[in-house]
Amino acid sequence: MARIGVFICHCGENISATVDVVKVVAEAARIPGVAHSVEYKYMCSDPGQQLVKNAIKEKNLTGVVVAACSPRMHEPTFRRACAEAGLNPFLCEMANIREHCSWVHEKGEATTQKALDIVRTLVAKVKKNKALEPIKVPVTKTALVLGGGIAGIQAALDIANSGHKVILVEKAPSIGGHMSQLSETFPTLDCSQCILTPRMVEVAQHANITLYSYSELESLDGFIGNFKARIRRKARGLDEKLCTGCGLCMQKCPTRKIPSEFDAGLGLRPAIYVPFPQAVPNKPVIDREHCTYYRTGKCRLCEKVCPTQAIRFGQEDEIVEAEVGAVVVATGFDIKHGDFFPEYGYGKHQDVIDGLQFERLASASGPTLGEIRRPSDGKVPETVVFIACAGSRDPAKGIEYCSKICCMYTAKHAMLYRHKVHHGKPYVFYMDIRAGGKMYEEFVRRAMEEDGVQYVRGRVSRVYERNGRLVVKGVDTLLGARPLEIEADLVVLATAGVANAGAEELAQKLHVSYDAHKFYAEAHPKLRPVETNTAGIFLAGACQAPKDIPESVAQASGAAAKVGALFSQSELVREPLIAVVDRQAPPVYSSCVGCFLCQSACPYQAIEKEEFRGRDGQVVKTVAKVNPGLCQGCGTCVAFCRTKSIDIQGFSHAQVHAEVLALLERGERDG
Amino acid sequence: MKTGFYPGCSMKGSAREYSESLLAVARVLGRELPEVPDWNCCGATAAHNLDHDLALALPARILAAAEKKGMDEVLVPCAACYSRLKVTRHELLEDEKLRQRISGLVEADYRGSAKVVNIIEWLAAVPDLEKLVKKPFQRKVACYYGCLLVRPAGIVEFDRPEEPQSMDLLMAKLGAKPIDWAFKTECCGAGFSVSRTDLVAKLSGLILEDAVSRGAEAVIVACPMCHLNLDLRRPNIEKRTGKKYDIPVIYITQVLGLAMGLPPKKLGLQRHKVAVKFAPAESPVPGVSAKRGA
Repeated sequence: MARIGVFICHCGENISATVDVVKVVAEAARIPGVAHSVEYKYMCSDPGQQLVKNAIKEKNLTGVVVAACSPRMHEPTFRRACAEAGLNPFLCEMANIREHCSWVHEKGEATTQKALDIVRTLVAKVKKNKALEPIKVPVTKTALVLGGGIAGIQAALDIANSGHKVILVEKAPSIGGHMSQLSETFPTLDCSQCILTPRMVEVAQHANITLYSYSELESLDGFIGNFKARIRRKARGLDEKLCTGCGLCMQKCPTRKIPSEFDAGLGLRPAIYVPFPQAVPNKPVIDREHCTYYRTGKCRLCEKVCPTQAIRFGQEDEIVEAEVGAVVVATGFDIKHGDFFPEYGYGKHQDVIDGLQFERLASASGPTLGEIRRPSDGKVPETVVFIACAGSRDPAKGIEYCSKICCMYTAKHAMLYRHKVHHGKPYVFYMDIRAGGKMYEEFVRRAMEEDGVQYVRGRVSRVYERNGRLVVKGVDTLLGARPLEIEADLVVLATAGVANAGAEELAQKLHVSYDAHKFYAEAHPKLRPVETNTAGIFLAGACQAPKDIPESVAQASGAAAKVGALFSQSELVREPLIAVVDRQAPPVYSSCVGCFLCQSACPYQAIEKEEFRGRDGQVVKTVAKVNPGLCQGCGTCVAFCRTKSIDIQGFSHAQVHAEVLALLERGERDG
Repeated sequence: MKTGFYPGCSMKGSAREYSESLLAVARVLGRELPEVPDWNCCGATAAHNLDHDLALALPARILAAAEKKGMDEVLVPCAACYSRLKVTRHELLEDEKLRQRISGLVEADYRGSAKVVNIIEWLAAVPDLEKLVKKPFQRKVACYYGCLLVRPAGIVEFDRPEEPQSMDLLMAKLGAKPIDWAFKTECCGAGFSVSRTDLVAKLSGLILEDAVSRGAEAVIVACPMCHLNLDLRRPNIEKRTGKKYDIPVIYITQVLGLAMGLPPKKLGLQRHKVAVKFAPAESPVPGVSAKRGA
């Protein structure tokens, strides 16, 4: 005979303001099988939990229903309390009378009745609950870091330095990401490459880090502690072991006029190339789209000149498989390109460029060797207009958010321009200046006051060319609120920071969620900022939202700490709320007929085949079996099973049926 | 598809040639354009400055009449009328209570079944338009959209608000070479045509200057108000800038008519203030000013 305890929480006034708790207690006590029914102001508090524990022992309870908030909130709390009192934790259920009742209804009899209904269904359910044991799974103490920008580099180094193995996968031929393209960094104006390249080298030399550059994640299966990653190593067209990085092939390559990705299209590169001299690894790749040999079948000049015979034209992509316990996603961001700003002449006039292109113009390693020269004719621009919020904070353009980094880098650009062109006139059109951060506001002030950057508060309506100059037409909303025209030689757009082109596809491979702008979603915006909703997968850097270097690095270290905490355990404990297939004594073995519809339905590849053999060793029956390590308890297989042979532990047919019946009984009672 | 025609006041007055040329090309296209029965003023610039209900009720009455006649769409060649009708349809379909109240005011149950289309949309939907071109309009043209055809973007949902292309594409189909210029959506001065001719002269002057400096041979318009300011107010513009501009301002339907080989008189080209000297290639069509000079 069941002896159920019902514990009803006031949640301060969150529940008791609309639900008559005392009445629910009295009514609950009359439900058959309920041996104990009490209320308390805060059941989750220490004395509240003690109430539960004492009752379990004193009343010899066989099941517990806590009528309070959502199970997402406090189910773990009360299950732990039950376990401490010696009751199997899976014999405890939450009746959600807060989110599902008191918060969404007016005070009244109907609300109290609904709370009682919820309690009734859970009492009916808990009577059918079975004691379950947690599942233990091992942890593979290797982390997979996706993306070799500053966030990925930081995360990889932190994890590696705490003694764990790391596999770092980078899509591009070199690690370094956007940070390697930057000239100087705000607010200190220290050289970006100078602070980054030592870290890149450290990655390459670290004993715990395996670097797969020019590689992409093909697929990821498994679950926390036990992922299986397949990584595509794209064919570089050379034998990396033989290549010494001497660069002779690049010098001799006859196809030289390919816009360089690293120089944001402002410089040129050959068809066999490393993106920049400090690249890690310093091994070239052959760009098959532009290479003369791949296009025409003739040339192979690089092969002839290579002193170590490292060139391999026939090389094919290679798939590497790796077992990892955790994944850090640090795939970064992009900026808006193309004909997104027809009114600003972007993509139409050569001298309307984006922020990343200006970085390359200002960089000592850039196409102009650090001299500010405009792309069209190489002249030093006398007047430069910087336009902040080009696309950002503009619902009409579909980007409502603030890209966060542009105010700061625009101030830096204007400052760098003045440092290099002393007589130059920099203008900045802005909406608001968002300079929250250590030494940030001071930095912007410095641009205005020491470097004479003219800040104009207002938006630009159009940029067009007139007599060889660019006319920037805007409005000054502070000085007389008048339309304003500035003739400029160069216009720099701080275009919106957006998610990478492949972000959505990758999210689907990883089973992580993302927002409307394809930025990856953190598990909680405040309290779990580096975790995703998928256990074991963490986030770092601008793939989550636009962010600057300090923030990316901090988040990367945070993600690394989470990975460290995960790897500090030898095995993980999982809730046993998974599917199980019916098993019976021979000769039936199972009610499963082996149709394997469940196998095609399972999104986690958790259904396996199990064969039963007779005494003669012949297979007498083949039925489905659930791999408890892979099953996520989604229940899709249960819905598909035609013979009701699969059940979800904790949400079994019997339990849900009992819940429905409890509701129907009340319907019959009330006529 | 039954298309109704809403002329509005200007098509019957200052922009007669717009209407004439539209009906002339519609005949060639084999399209009937019956007027919306018993149509009234759209409210123009006046109504929505005075009374929100009135500004909605006037266009709602027109649209309700079109619906009652079973029209699937209403062609509104005047950009200002187009704006008023389009905004009204949008507002009433977004707000059920408002729709009921305005329906009550105009004593008709307005449902929004008839779409509101502008002249560019209507022409762009004609299949194989280029096959009707007999005399390609081989001129460099400045396609001028003005302010109302493409804005507000969220309501009209037509073309890109800052850098529209639809008229340029249409002109290219007719053999013209649309230029890339900076003033295609700038304001011409609009309704200030009467009260502040100085402003109109300034704003329209900038438009003409940019078109001319980039080598345009004609400004193409799809709005009677724009035409009036750029054409009829030409003396005011010239007085202000001290420069002479002989660039003609031609309606989109007139260009189509010329390309189809229709006689200029049928297209009302002689009604312009600024003579259209090159159409058709040999015989100039005298404009009003040219006549006076003769």
